[in-house]
Amino acid sequence: MNHSPLEIRGLSAAYQKKPVLRDISFTAPEGSLIGIIGPNGAGKSTLIKAVLGLIPRLSGDVTIYGKPYAQQRKIIGYVPQRESIDWDFPTSALDVVMMGRYGHLGWFRRPGGQERRMAMECLAKVGMSDYAGRQISQLSGGQQQRVFLARALAQDASLYFMDEPFVGVDAATEKAIITLLNELKQQGKTVLVVHHDLNTVKEYFDWVVLLNVQLVASGSVDSTFTADNLQRTYGGRLAILERDAHSELINQT
Amino acid sequence: MPDWFIIFLDPNARWILLGCMLLGFSSGIIGSFSYLRKQSLMGDALAHAALPGVCIAFMLSGSKSIGLFLIGAAAAGFIATFGIGYITRHTRIKQDSALAIVLSVFFGLGTVLLTHIQHSGNSNQSGLDKFLFGQAASLVGDDVMVMSVTSLLLAGICTLLYKEFKLLSFDPGFARGLGYPVAFLDQLMMFLMVVVVVVGIQAVGIVLMAALLITPAVSARYWTEKLGVMVVLAGLFGALSGMAGTFISANGSNLPTGPLTVLASTAVFLVSLGFAPGRGLVSKLLIHRTARRRYTQQLASTAGYELERKEKAL
Repeated sequence: MNHSPLEIRGLSAAYQKKPVLRDISFTAPEGSLIGIIGPNGAGKSTLIKAVLGLIPRLSGDVTIYGKPYAQQRKIIGYVPQRESIDWDFPTSALDVVMMGRYGHLGWFRRPGGQERRMAMECLAKVGMSDYAGRQISQLSGGQQQRVFLARALAQDASLYFMDEPFVGVDAATEKAIITLLNELKQQGKTVLVVHHDLNTVKEYFDWVVLLNVQLVASGSVDSTFTADNLQRTYGGRLAILERDAHSELINQT
Repeated sequence: MPDWFIIFLDPNARWILLGCMLLGFSSGIIGSFSYLRKQSLMGDALAHAALPGVCIAFMLSGSKSIGLFLIGAAAAGFIATFGIGYITRHTRIKQDSALAIVLSVFFGLGTVLLTHIQHSGNSNQSGLDKFLFGQAASLVGDDVMVMSVTSLLLAGICTLLYKEFKLLSFDPGFARGLGYPVAFLDQLMMFLMVVVVVVGIQAVGIVLMAALLITPAVSARYWTEKLGVMVVLAGLFGALSGMAGTFISANGSNLPTGPLTVLASTAVFLVSLGFAPGRGLVSKLLIHRTARRRYTQQLASTAGYELERKEKAL
């Protein structure tokens, strides 16, 4: 039986007492780029964290290729938000990428030549080979994001979660990242990306999850990323957004 | 033979010196991780929390056994960290204030208990007050033995779990995503800190134990951009400070070891702050000056070129 890379049923999660996610259910199709879209505070990052078990769930089931998360850790890659860590940490870009192999190494074993080679390959894929030995605070924001991405590549996963990888990066890096995501897709991997820029949704993604505490809609971009659904997601808070979405739709038809 | 050298001939003094160096070494290592995890003050809180723990352990048992002290201090440290966590989670008080509150409460309670013990007439109590500022000279062979063994054990654990501790310090969220038991590793690190503190307070004292945890780590950070090098360097700085403190203290001057050790490690820090390559003040000044000179030269040469061109045109 063929299982979906990610199946979520009735997922709810809360920080403190206030639920930030209520009864989310969807099944992600394999080999697709999936955008998670919604306003600030809609629970986009929380959704990823709840799936990865970084915050406790209130209820719901998550299966990854038909099995619970705990059994599938090695096929999951994760790119956290760039601000979540201290970039002044005494470590090099190569070192950070090698951390992607730690899950495969297991307890006590140190990364060796093989891990180093693999990490170098991943750095090359994001165009960062020349910066391998650089202390991470001496990289630009876009370069830091690429290092994070290379670390996720080093995890050699089948299902990736990326929390706002396009925030604070320049146009060149954004293009580089999206090219890489498409390569992953071609290899049959599934990538979920928390995304903010509505203008690029149609260009980047095959599938969208529209979120505002509850699931508004999920499905292919063509059928789901509609002005009507966006209006419901953003609660009519952005008049300009509505106009933009309409004009884009009109342009397309 | 100079007078100061005599200390090295006394086997007991040599033992004490070795113990304090190993203590400085292991506290430097543990301190590196807590500094990088932005938990510098946690060591201070744990050290202060240890005092009532040690006092209660003494009151219950009536003996000065380092093993019982360890249990007492670990229990107190556990309650203190729980208290800090509880206050931070369930009130609007931030962690720094929570630390300050818990730290002073435990130290206050500890001081009250200590005074009570001193007035209780228990003949065995002499030396407990040394816990405040430390007196390495009062250590006996067994204490040094325990100090050495635990120090080596701590260094061993940090070597074995280096990869895990590194990941936990750098990116705990990612570590959890990889399936590492972050909460357990967190507690383990806290426990190692409690062990260092308890083993160390007899030599260095409660009040200044935190300095031995953090100052060598901060100093080491100035010299390197590699975690492994930093950890080892912090250990060496700690050992050096421990040696200097013990040496001066044991050398007849009868000054307390803790303050001397802290002064020594602060001296190392000042040298690092001033003269470390790259991050030190002098180095930064030089880099800035070179950049400025190069820029002005560049400006001057282009200006000269312009001038030349204009003259030619005329």
